[in-house]
Amino acid sequence: MKIQFIYIITFSVVIWCASCSREEAVPDVAAQGLQAAQLTSRVKMVQIPGGRYQPFYGTDTALVKVEPFLIDERPVTNGEFLEFVKAYPQWQRSQVKRLYADTNYLHNWVADTLLPAGIDADAAVTQLSWYAAKAYAAAVGKRLPMLDEWELVAMADEVVPNARQKKSYSDRIVDFYLVKNRQYNAVKQSPPNYWGVYNLFDLVWEWTDDFNSVLVTGDARSGDYSDNNLFCAGSATSATDVLNYAAFMRFSMRAGLKAHYTVGNLGFRCAKDIPGNGDIKNQ
Amino acid sequence: MANKLTLSVLAALLLLGACKSNTEQGNASAKSSATMEEAKGQPEEAEITAAPRVPAPIGNRAPKKLIVKLLTTEIQGEIADKKKYTFWTFNNIVPGSFIRVREGDEVELHLRNDANSVLPHNIDLHAVNGPGGGAEASSAVAGQEAVFTFKAMNPGLYVYHCAAPPVPMHIGNGMYGLILVEPAGGLKPVDKEYYIMQGEFYTKARTDSVLEFDNDKAVAEHPDYVLFNGKKGSLLGANMIEAKVGETVRLFVGNGGPNLISSFHVIGEIFDNVYQEGGSAVTHNVQTTIVPAGGSAIVEFKVDVPGEYVLVDHALSRAFNKGAIGKLKVTGEKDPKIFKKGGFDK
Repeated sequence: MKIQFIYIITFSVVIWCASCSREEAVPDVAAQGLQAAQLTSRVKMVQIPGGRYQPFYGTDTALVKVEPFLIDERPVTNGEFLEFVKAYPQWQRSQVKRLYADTNYLHNWVADTLLPAGIDADAAVTQLSWYAAKAYAAAVGKRLPMLDEWELVAMADEVVPNARQKKSYSDRIVDFYLVKNRQYNAVKQSPPNYWGVYNLFDLVWEWTDDFNSVLVTGDARSGDYSDNNLFCAGSATSATDVLNYAAFMRFSMRAGLKAHYTVGNLGFRCAKDIPGNGDIKNQ
Repeated sequence: MANKLTLSVLAALLLLGACKSNTEQGNASAKSSATMEEAKGQPEEAEITAAPRVPAPIGNRAPKKLIVKLLTTEIQGEIADKKKYTFWTFNNIVPGSFIRVREGDEVELHLRNDANSVLPHNIDLHAVNGPGGGAEASSAVAGQEAVFTFKAMNPGLYVYHCAAPPVPMHIGNGMYGLILVEPAGGLKPVDKEYYIMQGEFYTKARTDSVLEFDNDKAVAEHPDYVLFNGKKGSLLGANMIEAKVGETVRLFVGNGGPNLISSFHVIGEIFDNVYQEGGSAVTHNVQTTIVPAGGSAIVEFKVDVPGEYVLVDHALSRAFNKGAIGKLKVTGEKDPKIFKKGGFDK
């Protein structure tokens, strides 16, 4: 089981790296996460039925199929990540390998296993790399959500599963996005969306497993289309809804990331396949 | 046969002639030799300035290696009438720092995105020959720095701006500035130089005193404010730009937009020289010049008599109602031969 798991994680890292020609290093994340016993996640997971959805980027005929999956109802918190680094010292601030996290990794923590005073243990953990998020997810027996899964859930407002056609949908999210220092607020203090999922927009940006699978290159006027499945001559020409400013902001954020980056308002939540669903990712 | 030969020789000559004239045309638009001179020496940090100041002229120096450092931020500042606005900036100012280089200079541009930023930012300099004007190469999320290097090849006055999606929002919040690429030998010296950049703001109230970007108004292109240098009154009162009678004034005028074209005019002056759209063509005796969104113009004029000269976007509702107004204060001796109140001397 363990070997199989390592294999799968390594495999997915290889796949990821193959899809991202800009990242030269191929770190072995699996080796970084699995010496200690598995942690238990207490976060409630919400089942999302999946289906075909219209990605923000892509042609309007290219619906993407998303299998049913489970997603954490809220982001992972400082308190939970603290437990993780206690169990997996290699992910502590002073121990982490530079390849896996930049120099700002958890830099606001007082010490390796001490949250600063005034930082809410129930606020979303931020300032951590994709590698660290992925290792956490593995440690609790979950995985990071795929971009399509995250975006599928994010189409909902509080009332309907797909609110993208509502004018208020993007505007409200943009209003959330523009508030500074909102990452310090505790999770689950605002209403959940249609699925019962909290805090998709109002606290932090979130890592997804394949965050850089959609390359919005700057304003997407890069001369190099070779590694871009979207063939953007301008980000607006490849987006399905050019008034969805919230999505532009989100995708431009993702496009600016590298896997070892840590950002003050970037956190994550976990996802999981539905047992017996036959998906390779979490067997 | 002989006829045929003559014909083909003639044809060949004609073709050659055509080629020659093509080559000449090509040369006219090609980079000058100055552009391709190698930049030598240790890199130096370039002088950059906040509007309305500009850095010292480049003079007659050789090409250099220059380092330009810009910081992208999202900060509150006053926009008009004690109202605050959340500006997105280069170096905490709107417009961003004025950059002044020489053709042939090599520029290492550092774009750091403040750790407290919510969004990623980047820079597209219209002076750059390269993909996206550097936008992709400079893209930086909060807390990160991106660096790229370019050679300034075409003399002129160029806009730079953030090109992160959604671009109209980044520009609409104030992320633009100017970079001047002086020709070899420099622009002709003048007495006063100033940096003025127009941009319009589409706002809605977040609170009673804090405004923020309104996407609907931006899409409709209906701004609440059309401003010089990012603030109503930035060139009025104690902030007027100044010159003395007899001096020649050069204004580096840019327009960040994101949408409107400026009809730039100085009330009571005629532009002796206009570098049209910031390029190399100079026209004379111009009353009002177009400054496109994402474009520029350099205007020069000698001031002859004292007084206050009003700078406007001559689409005048913008000046009267939306803030596109500034002043140049000229001091010195009156010259009744040029202008005076009343009729001829009796």
